[in-house]
Amino acid sequence: MFALEVPPVSHLFNWPTIWGEGAYAINKVVLLFIAGAVITLGFFIAASRKKALVPTGIQNVAEVVVDFIENGIIMQTMGPQGLWFAPFLLTTFSFIFVLNLIGLIPVIQMPPNSRIALPMFMAIAVWLIYNFMGIAKNGLGGYLKHIMFPPGVPWYVLPLMTPINIISDLLVRPFALMVRLFANMFAGHLILVSFGALCVALFDATKIGAILPGALLIALTGFELLVAFLQAYIFTILAAVFTSLAIGHPEDHVADHH
Amino acid sequence: MLLHLITAMNFLGVQEAGELVDGLTAIGRGIAYGAAAIGPGIGIGIVVGNAITASARQPEAAGQVQTTMFIGIAFTEALALFGFVLAFILG
Repeated sequence: MFALEVPPVSHLFNWPTIWGEGAYAINKVVLLFIAGAVITLGFFIAASRKKALVPTGIQNVAEVVVDFIENGIIMQTMGPQGLWFAPFLLTTFSFIFVLNLIGLIPVIQMPPNSRIALPMFMAIAVWLIYNFMGIAKNGLGGYLKHIMFPPGVPWYVLPLMTPINIISDLLVRPFALMVRLFANMFAGHLILVSFGALCVALFDATKIGAILPGALLIALTGFELLVAFLQAYIFTILAAVFTSLAIGHPEDHVADHH
Repeated sequence: MLLHLITAMNFLGVQEAGELVDGLTAIGRGIAYGAAAIGPGIGIGIVVGNAITASARQPEAAGQVQTTMFIGIAFTEALALFGFVLAFILG
């Protein structure tokens, strides 16, 4: 009816190579990864330069983030003995949040997490860490026993529970971490581009028809901002929860500390 | 029987098996994601509803309840996202 030509979905996510070839090709997404890493690293380096006891300026913002990770995530899930995990969780949260935010900046508008590479390797990193910590704290035999015979399960449920628990702990968790982050960013990008294209098409056809998609586009961009923060927060808190579950039996429940 | 099938395909405007497969793939994708979104929709509603009830009964535990609510939402929403990704992978 409006003669809208819809490009295939791959045009939104496969960017042309700028330089290099094969697996080492540089395209827009790779540049955005590098930019995200430089921004995160630069922010924390700049914040830790002055080391004032009473923080001001950029150090204050960085301390708000560190306090959020320590009190909001680690104390809630791992307790005071989990504070060694703070640097990794801080890096994870900041990196994923900055990358998600890059997808909302007006000219750039491509969330790097909508390509599955970064979510896959972040999930692999978290998987390696929580398995390693589980084996380090409980020994290999103790860790496998903890997975195969979860505490508090009566013996007659075990033949059903053990395979489910093994698959869930070792396979489904990293896969779910990866897919959750990837699919949220993928769907968000797709929705924003679709509404943008619809807005442009309706504006070309009838000027007044672009109000509704335009208003909805603004609302969805606000929603994408919330999703950007929420996905980084959920990834980080699940990393903390999985590590605390892998480490110890007494911390076998999610929330114990007020 | 084969004659009926060929007649039906010509009637529907399908000239080769490729188009039929494409059409059925599109229907399959829609059904896959649609069915995958029912459970987590209800599940997230239950999780958040119980979190609101718990926060209303004991406001000083609201922070704790909110943290656990987010973890619960993450687990149930992942199932809907599996279906979403599957809809894009199929075909």
